[in-house]
Amino acid sequence: MRRNQVAIVGAAETTELGVIPNMSQIQLHADAALNAIADAGLKLSDIDGIATAVETPQQIAHYLGITPTWVDGTSVGGCSFMLHVRHAAAAIEAGLCKTVLITHAESGKSMIGKLPRSIPADSLQGQFEAPFGVFGPPSMFPIPVLRFMKTYGITHEQLAMVAVVQREWAAKNPRAMMKEPITVADVLNSRMIAYPFRLLQCCLVTDGGGALILTAADRAKDFPKKPVYILGTGESVETPMVSQMETFNSSRAFKVAGPTAFKEAGITHKDVDHLMIYDAFAHLPLYGLGDLGFMPHEETGKFIADGNTRPGGKLPLNTNGGGLSYMHSGMYGMYALQESVRQMRGIAPAQVPNAKISVCHGVGGMFAASGTIIFTNER
Amino acid sequence: MAEPARARPKPTPETQHFWDGTQVGELRLQRCDACANVYFPPRPFCPSCASRKVSVFKASGKGKLYSYVINHRPAAPGFTPPYAIAVVELDEGPRMMSNIIDCPQTPEALELDMKLEVAFEKLDDKITLPLFRPAKG
Repeated sequence: MRRNQVAIVGAAETTELGVIPNMSQIQLHADAALNAIADAGLKLSDIDGIATAVETPQQIAHYLGITPTWVDGTSVGGCSFMLHVRHAAAAIEAGLCKTVLITHAESGKSMIGKLPRSIPADSLQGQFEAPFGVFGPPSMFPIPVLRFMKTYGITHEQLAMVAVVQREWAAKNPRAMMKEPITVADVLNSRMIAYPFRLLQCCLVTDGGGALILTAADRAKDFPKKPVYILGTGESVETPMVSQMETFNSSRAFKVAGPTAFKEAGITHKDVDHLMIYDAFAHLPLYGLGDLGFMPHEETGKFIADGNTRPGGKLPLNTNGGGLSYMHSGMYGMYALQESVRQMRGIAPAQVPNAKISVCHGVGGMFAASGTIIFTNER
Repeated sequence: MAEPARARPKPTPETQHFWDGTQVGELRLQRCDACANVYFPPRPFCPSCASRKVSVFKASGKGKLYSYVINHRPAAPGFTPPYAIAVVELDEGPRMMSNIIDCPQTPEALELDMKLEVAFEKLDDKITLPLFRPAKG
């Protein structure tokens, strides 16, 4: 895909984030969508492309009253929205549609109008993983981490520092769920969830949503907000079965999606001013830093523990506080994208001064899928 | 009232040989007749070279502990926490999820790369699960 041909011209989260007991999941989609449409200064009738995940695009399009000429229901977990951005940018460039709305919402905490997630007993996961006691992401997503730690010499304290540093960022974000400072000792003394991970190394469970609006970059200057251009994109999938990953020392999906986006963007790691790496659990930023090529994996734990990613550090990472402290409704990728857009617009609560390039990296379905979007505010 | 049971696998035509094997005390894998690739989970073609000429064989049942978590909460139905959910690397190459029995469910006892051997646990008349225990000797 060509660089900077498509831009984000509308971006918004749901009016409330956190615990939203008075709204169903589909209404959270609509709340985020209406906020994004208002942000872009558009009308619903201007939208001719729609993408969403978990909920179907037909459900969301009809609820909002949209008649699209382009539809994407890619649903590969929490990074689905990165893939939607990539697909939408290609579709706009190809002339399939002009103005795309991407929505995410999940009643992850209040569970109102939330579709049940179940694993059929005759699926491969149902036969070869579920009988051994996996039960939700906390019991599955961390399974690779002990191997990763042994291979690269990563310590429990370094993995605790991921949560500590992100809490520092969250403290600067009024909308973050968890803002109280924490220490390594707090993390390592918090309740055990699935060894080696404790409560403060696991994502929050919240309600919320977000939406993005994309259009051709040539049109973007006519919109009320500063356009954020799509410089590079990448995506891949590996396996929905965490036990069947090629290796626990890296993510194959990360290693395809990340470098594809960097190559398309034509940038090097030194050019990156701001970085988001989807952190459902504390090990993911380490996998991301290594697999995206910022540094060898063995240096990732020390890099974070030494403070390089904290406020004022040389590589600001997860500046909203991340899934660990900002919010996590179940599919966090949309919130990582929202924070990248805020940083590129220059309006983030914890704004990185003069940030011009933001890399936003997502993961989905444990390590099943990945999407990377590189944004810039210069064309 | 009966205790909640652990998730029970339901075989498909492509996986029936695996579950037939565990019932008679065999851990069955598949090998490609064309490229000799050994793979898991079961399917009637080679995921490496796409050949449909593949054979089922009895694996050694030996392997080592590749990685694990010790799950505390939430616990799956039929499990009493804390319990380890392990990934075993079989001597033949493929990895599979399982549980480690006859071993304390602690980080001290569960050492990465420890040698394991398969142990079969009968769930009911139709399903026997392949679990693993520390290898003897």
